[in-house]
Amino acid sequence: MSTDTSLRQGPDASGFFGRFGGRFVAETLMPLILELQDEYERAKQDPAFHAELETLRKDYVGRQTPLYLAERLTEALGGAKIYLKREDLNHTGAHKINNCLGQILLAKRMGKKRIIAETGAGMHGVATATVAARFGMECVIYMGSTDIHRQQPNVQRMKLLGATVIPVTSGTGTLKDAMNEALRDWVTNVDDTFYIIGTVAGPHPYPALVRDFQAVIGEETREQMLEKEGRLPDTLLACIGGGSNAMGLFHPFLDDTSVKMIGVEAGGEGLDKRHAASLKGGEPGVLHGNRTFLLQSDDGQIQDAHSISAGLDYPGIGPEHAWLHDINRVEYVAVTDDEALEGFKALCKLEGIIPALESAHAIAYVQKLAPTLPKDHIIVINLSGRGDKDMATVTEHLAAELAE
Amino acid sequence: MTTNSRMQRRFAALKDENRAALVTFTTAGDPNYEHSLNTLLGLPGAGADVIELGMPFTDPMADGAAIQLGSQRALANGQNMVKTLQMVRELRKQDQDTPLVLMGYYNPIYRYGVDTFLKEAADAGVDGLIVVDLPPEHDDELCVPAAAVGIHFIRLATPTTDAKRLPGVLANTSGFLYYVSSTGVTGAAAPTPEKVQREVEVIRAHTDIPIGVGFGIRTPEQAARIAQFADGVVVGSALVDCIAGAQTPEAGTAAVLSLVSELSSAIRTAR
Ligand SMILES: Cc1ncc(COP(=O)(O)O)c(C=O)c1O
Repeated sequence: MSTDTSLRQGPDASGFFGRFGGRFVAETLMPLILELQDEYERAKQDPAFHAELETLRKDYVGRQTPLYLAERLTEALGGAKIYLKREDLNHTGAHKINNCLGQILLAKRMGKKRIIAETGAGMHGVATATVAARFGMECVIYMGSTDIHRQQPNVQRMKLLGATVIPVTSGTGTLKDAMNEALRDWVTNVDDTFYIIGTVAGPHPYPALVRDFQAVIGEETREQMLEKEGRLPDTLLACIGGGSNAMGLFHPFLDDTSVKMIGVEAGGEGLDKRHAASLKGGEPGVLHGNRTFLLQSDDGQIQDAHSISAGLDYPGIGPEHAWLHDINRVEYVAVTDDEALEGFKALCKLEGIIPALESAHAIAYVQKLAPTLPKDHIIVINLSGRGDKDMATVTEHLAAELAE
Repeated sequence: MTTNSRMQRRFAALKDENRAALVTFTTAGDPNYEHSLNTLLGLPGAGADVIELGMPFTDPMADGAAIQLGSQRALANGQNMVKTLQMVRELRKQDQDTPLVLMGYYNPIYRYGVDTFLKEAADAGVDGLIVVDLPPEHDDELCVPAAAVGIHFIRLATPTTDAKRLPGVLANTSGFLYYVSSTGVTGAAAPTPEKVQREVEVIRAHTDIPIGVGFGIRTPEQAARIAQFADGVVVGSALVDCIAGAQTPEAGTAAVLSLVSELSSAIRTAR
């Protein structure tokens, strides 16, 4: 495909993907994000940076992750052939570490000594605490108090890894509030602190650099699929919180017009009730450094998201997704909390894999989609993480069933 | 941009008096519409020379606890952009001389519609805007359109604004420049006045517009010290705390106005 029609060129110099993205931050932070952008450009050109990242991916994280043919799930749904990209098998149990490794190497290059991050499900917090330990840096994690309650095992893991976990009580005590608090820390500690944002959101260059570090998912998938099937997949499926695991899978395929892509948002209690589906139920606005689709009132006040899964409980979405939605390259759908629980159970029983509740949203959608497609249609689902952290939530919701 | 705006007249007059402006910040609708309007209407009489009125937002990323809570109180009591603009109209019925600046974050303005907002704000008698999350890189969004309807866009300069960025920060700034004396959120502790003075002098070498200094100024003594060298002294969190700490909304208004009077007297005798 010729370069001027490629969909993989964004963002532009100001950080925009179409009308979305940008650098909507306070003046205090502007010099920092410009410096980060310069350093990232230099790192991209530096073979030593890539070599170190590659070694860590292989020996520390355990990449490449398998592309696994889910035979019993395929059989049970009776339609399309389903593969799982096993990001749950990464060290720390989710795709989040792909991004954290890249960013901590940038922090090291920039001489920063202190790492901060926001976390929802705690997976990004754990991955950040992990790389901070590995590189001997101080680490502070902001986590909403609601999430601290529902993701206890991850809170303990972060503490074991040497991180300080700071509970955030403002708002609903979930991911957006944790991000506000991390930004407040960053404007206060501008000199020594590196902010590892956990998804493809925030001010430019974060959406681009997080995407680039996650794109290893799609690059491997392409290679593995060509090896196994001798062709590209027909459909890619991934859950969307801020959108990093989805963008990592989708981006290397954006110019392959035969490949259809579907992002699955958290429909919560249903789109007419409380949910976290920013594209299906939001309006364009500006928050956390970028213009994107947001859950908000007519007065421009941000509304609280709701999802059974802490990692999808965010009222926004990365700006590149908002753009891909605008140009109709990617389809976005939503599944409810209840449907996600069904997907969760199905993967446990049919494949012996306990998925993260986030990833279970993608499984739930394939349960609807696969039966409508022919047997030679190939779907790849990004299994973004494992579900150990969700045992408390799931046990609560499935109490009756589990008691039998 | 007009060369004889209400803001410019006010700063010119204070320069003749050889004193700094007292710039007050309170949040519109905090703790509710009625009492925050009473506070607003009382500010010029108590000694506020320039009024900053906060447009409440759910996610005030650059604000500390005091102003976050003020925003939450206002929103919980139904404050919105329509009501905030109405407060400005009410002020203008009785005061034609005190410049008023709306301060906040971009999303509520973006959602209202930039053109509609600017038209209504100009008609209501708004003189300036401070929008924290619009750096010079995004001047096209609001700063340039605001200038076209005669509203000053007041930008923040910070200790991280280095020599390379300063010209860009100053380029479309008018009315006054707001020097944020510390990195960090509103309500944080202030650095030493000597350090702030040095930094303000560096900026002064690059611009003729008045320089207001804020962040961490709470007491009449601190205000007086800053007023020795700055053209304006901004006090916010300390006033918002008066509302938070009051037994009744009426007592909150009284406490704000009484602190404003003290700050004003201190500034008047500072030089
Ligand atoms: C396992 C897992 N999947 C998905 C997500 C959602 O994030 P994103 O949309 O950025 O992939 C999270 C976030 O915490 C997660 O832990």
